[in-house]
Amino acid sequence: MPLSTTLARINDRFEEEIVELHQQLEQDTVIVSKSALVKLARFLKEDSELEYNYLMDLTAVDYFKRKPRFEVVYHFLSLKNRFRVRVKVPVGEPEPEVDSLVSLWPSANWYEREVYDMFGIKFQGHPNLKRILMYPEFEGHPLKKDYPIKRRQPRVGPKD
Amino acid sequence: MHGVIRIQVELDGEIVRKGEIEIGYLHRAFEKHCETGTYTQCFPYTDRLNYVSPLISNFAFAAGVEKLMGLTIPERCSYIRVIMSEISRITDHLTCIGASAMELGAFSVFLYMIKAREWLYELIESVTGARLTISYGRIGGVKADLPDDFDQKCRTVLEKTREVIEEVHELLSGNRIFYDRMRGVGTISAEEAIGYGITGPFLRSTGVDYDVRKAFPYLVYDRLDFDIPCGEHGDNYSRYLVRMEEMEQSIRIIEQALDQIPEGPTNVDPEGKIIAPDLMADLGKFGKTAGLLQNEVLIQPTLQGSEKRYKEGISTDSKEAALPPKEQVYSNIEALMNHFKIIMLGHGICPPQGEVYCPVEGANGELGFYIVSDGTDQPWRVRSHPPCFPIMAALEKILVGGQMADIVATFGSVNMIAGELDR
Amino acid sequence: MEVDHQGSFQAGFFTSKVDKMVGWARKYSIFQYPFVTACCGMEYMSTACAHHDIDRFGAGLPRFSPRQADVLFVVGTISQKLAPVLSNIYEQMCAPKWVVAFGVCTCTGGFYDNYATVMGIDRIIPVDIYIPGCPPRPETVLQGLMLLQEKIQNQKQEV
Repeated sequence: MPLSTTLARINDRFEEEIVELHQQLEQDTVIVSKSALVKLARFLKEDSELEYNYLMDLTAVDYFKRKPRFEVVYHFLSLKNRFRVRVKVPVGEPEPEVDSLVSLWPSANWYEREVYDMFGIKFQGHPNLKRILMYPEFEGHPLKKDYPIKRRQPRVGPKD
Repeated sequence: MHGVIRIQVELDGEIVRKGEIEIGYLHRAFEKHCETGTYTQCFPYTDRLNYVSPLISNFAFAAGVEKLMGLTIPERCSYIRVIMSEISRITDHLTCIGASAMELGAFSVFLYMIKAREWLYELIESVTGARLTISYGRIGGVKADLPDDFDQKCRTVLEKTREVIEEVHELLSGNRIFYDRMRGVGTISAEEAIGYGITGPFLRSTGVDYDVRKAFPYLVYDRLDFDIPCGEHGDNYSRYLVRMEEMEQSIRIIEQALDQIPEGPTNVDPEGKIIAPDLMADLGKFGKTAGLLQNEVLIQPTLQGSEKRYKEGISTDSKEAALPPKEQVYSNIEALMNHFKIIMLGHGICPPQGEVYCPVEGANGELGFYIVSDGTDQPWRVRSHPPCFPIMAALEKILVGGQMADIVATFGSVNMIAGELDR
Repeated sequence: MEVDHQGSFQAGFFTSKVDKMVGWARKYSIFQYPFVTACCGMEYMSTACAHHDIDRFGAGLPRFSPRQADVLFVVGTISQKLAPVLSNIYEQMCAPKWVVAFGVCTCTGGFYDNYATVMGIDRIIPVDIYIPGCPPRPETVLQGLMLLQEKIQNQKQEV
């Protein structure tokens, strides 16, 4: 089946750095390596045919037993063309780290802090990478699959 | 009443020089809980995300899973979802405007808005059984059909709500004090809003007319005729006007949907009798099934919505997702096995392996659920994209340069819902 | 030595009548501090407004400062991040003070049994009235308020 406009343009430009691209359920997905992320994001934003001006969502998924363990997922939206694309970056342990997109989209700031808080993935170049949803004394990263849901670290009151 | 937030500002007299916002005071581990239960068990958690418009979150999650499984829902169900979503949107805007007006001192406006909201809650209660945390959506449909007198009641309530909105317009829109406190305060430009990833009334007040219902139509929004109100200046007053007008448009949508909705539950034929469920089960077990399915089973009021006549038109045909009607379950073995397969842990609703991001228009902006499935009956990852998260991120910059008293006005017009922000 | 029973009987009668009068005054002039965090806040709003008016019980004026309030309504889930704040607010209130746990998240934690929430605020502060429900209907809240009023009336008042 023919590739959509977005996937075709990405494929032309970044053929070597892409790990995979597919279209499932009419949603375009691009899996790209860590090193090409900022280049791809800049291309998506500045290309005159695509113009992805929205970074809609930035999150991560923990594929526990798989290597690389994490995948950072970006959702982009082009307002003019009504296109959506999903970009996924596999990130492995130990020391999971990805480049930050704060210079391109200010919305990335708080999203990246949340991914750091919940998964422990660090973002290089982020101005203020600290916890956003949990309190500073909390140890560990709750959304990782090996953090049990009921392990409490109370600040006040009895320990469980 | 929005939730808990901590705003630290550095002041120079009355002018704000630097702002820092701390969130996370209502983090309730929604995403982690969704991974521990089945897909249907996620619905109560989605209610409590945006708790002023819970129906929209329910249906957004259901839409995501349905897309992943490739289910189609019947037309009547789509209309029901549209009507309930728009009622929820109206309650959200009523609460937002009421609370923000109260914080500026206009206490009567709050009382009028909550009065209108109570009528809508009574309407929601007649359909779903609860006022606020309704868990009404199901994968493949909704829990139960609309009651018989819904059409009449809904139209009456919408008329009364229109009058309340008119009253509030008279009280606030031309009010000198309200205008002075809101006009020119909390301004954001369209480029900044897009850069921060903001959607919803906040974005539309800057002039960009992006609404998921028109841009990526879902359910039956493409058959309904409504406008997208847009502001010009991007300040608090524009947001207030956009929300007031959106309520009017929602009422318009509901009235059209009530006109267009296809036929409802059919009555049982005259020969059919009402039979107790244990008797039906016994007859079925002994093989005395002649004419048994003509009967309507009498079940407990809490299970209402599970009989055949309520299930038609609101649940998908797919056997993998929708529970069969109770008459079938009590009388034949295939339906009993179907019921068992959907309910038991380890079986249940198993979407194929894959991922989906399904956006809908929430009351605050684009609400999307990113669902990753690994083929079992428990989701691998459920992520909700909260519409007010980027708005709160932008708020740190919006507050700078304004006065301290403007923080109250701007924060009220942001419509931060902590359940959605912190999940 | 003769103990003046008559005198002590009269003194006891007098103090219990003063207790009742002070209790009556206190129960009909409740200044609540609505510590609202989550979904229960919507039902709190409904209870406070025109349909299910809380003002007819004398509890209609919320004070948003703990120094000026006497009943702390804890409405909605309390997370671990917020727990020290709640405990601080409780300590800042002056006696006599009462606490109402509104909603099942504050009574026992509700279904949020996870790393981020406090399973019931009675782990942090003493609670007088528990109003369960997720969220409780306004009628339930009013019944809880009436129970609180009964408690205030019947307790030994410290003046």
